[in-house]
Amino acid sequence: MYTEQVMDHFQNPRNMGEVDDPDGVGEVGNPQCGDVMRITIKVGEGETIEDVKFKTLGCGAAIATSSMVTEMAKGKTLVEAQEISKKAVADALGGLPPQKMHCSNLASDGLKKAIEDYRAKHPEK
Amino acid sequence: MNQDIFLDNAATTRTDPEVLEAMTPWLGENYGSPATLYAFGALAKQAIEQARQHLADLIGAEAKDVYFTSGATESNNWAIKGVCDALEGKGKHIITEQAEHHSILLPCKYMEKKGWEVTYLPVDSDGLVNPADVKAAIREDTVLISIVHGNHEIGTIQPISEIGAIAREMGVAFHVNAAQTVGHIPVDVENLACDLLSISGHKFYGPKGVGALYARRGVRISPLLHGGGQEKKRRAGTHNVPGIVGLGKAAELARLNLKAESQRMAGLRDYIMEKIEANMDDIRLNGHRTKRLPNNVNYSIEGIEGESIMLSLSYPTAEDARAIFVSTGSACVSGTLEPSHILLSLGVPAELAHGSVRISLSKENTREDADYALNALFEVAERLRSMSPVYKRGAKQCSTANTEDCDCESSC
Repeated sequence: MYTEQVMDHFQNPRNMGEVDDPDGVGEVGNPQCGDVMRITIKVGEGETIEDVKFKTLGCGAAIATSSMVTEMAKGKTLVEAQEISKKAVADALGGLPPQKMHCSNLASDGLKKAIEDYRAKHPEK
Repeated sequence: MNQDIFLDNAATTRTDPEVLEAMTPWLGENYGSPATLYAFGALAKQAIEQARQHLADLIGAEAKDVYFTSGATESNNWAIKGVCDALEGKGKHIITEQAEHHSILLPCKYMEKKGWEVTYLPVDSDGLVNPADVKAAIREDTVLISIVHGNHEIGTIQPISEIGAIAREMGVAFHVNAAQTVGHIPVDVENLACDLLSISGHKFYGPKGVGALYARRGVRISPLLHGGGQEKKRRAGTHNVPGIVGLGKAAELARLNLKAESQRMAGLRDYIMEKIEANMDDIRLNGHRTKRLPNNVNYSIEGIEGESIMLSLSYPTAEDARAIFVSTGSACVSGTLEPSHILLSLGVPAELAHGSVRISLSKENTREDADYALNALFEVAERLRSMSPVYKRGAKQCSTANTEDCDCESSC
């Protein structure tokens, strides 16, 4: 039911953990729904994402999308990273089963929240 | 032989090689239909009647009260819709319970749409129905009580004999879904005092797509399938001869070894439960500790989600690792956004229901398999917990002993 890419990211997640002293933190989901994601980012020169990590409670798709979104976001500017859509994450993984598209594909929301958190803490930039 | 460890035997079991052997001629040269009168058909007729006798012997019934179906789903549908149809003039009320299988709950919902009333009795935190609740729910217009014998997910075994006695005293037809118990523990329709009982072949080493409904003589039930005159005009359709022969063989084999195998499996179950409880913290046992199917283990593991456990075990990363197959009550596998209605009916919080793992054993599973699978489970759980943004070891103290007293909501 999952693509090879999903299984690869599920079994060998990239960037798992938490960034030390993060500049932005985004948490989405709810344990009662079975999915919680926490994205932490470090922002560097020219508002680029220098480092990004995730921690996720959830199913295979939740973990794989989290891992994928960190790969996609790393090195991008905040503006570019904010544009990463759910569909783009799913496409990069070769697609997700339809029932997983909405409930377990929260990673890009988590990233957006982390960026918003950073902006809220650095309003002048 | 592959090295996989199949621990999802409440879902289905491997067909016993002896069953397969018994079936083979009926898939090949003996293709006659038992409904025909010439000798070729009579051979098939003989074979299905022998199968009927084996199945009847396994459940302490008379062969003439056993009707072959396509499986427990059909048997459950037939019992509910058939009794309701036959007894509509008497009343329009059914009693069942909240932790039933969907093949009971959905036919009940269907009858509600048709204007029937259904009482869904609550279960306690172990999944048990209180017989006094059944008695209190019976009304003048109650025509059917349907309660599962052994719950497929949490393994709890219901006090069927007590409920049967009540149903009999009150003159209400009593149906029991015994898909998980027949062939695994002693089932006797007289002891259980039931009028109807559903059986599934592939849950005890028989083939898929075949089962039976026991319907005690005199119980009023309309056919679900209309057509030819098979099964005394109560279940139309050409007999699934190979399947029925296989079911009969499975029943014959089960009866030979029932008590010893049931005890062996219960011993393995208890060993697994002890080992899990000794090696993992922040878990909850789902289902009753002792009134339990001999092949069922079910725990919720805090801080992780069931599908990720299931996937990790079934697709191990190490080259030479053995794949392990278990199941979960997580929403991710239910096809809805809700976790298992059975776990929720016990009062298990949703976040714990998502993290449930069911291990269900077969006669093939050994202690070595169990040790291997448990070590893999402990590793997987540790790894997934390290990835979880919410899990803090011991934070909620949701031990297996009492979850009622702890506030799991506070962490959310």
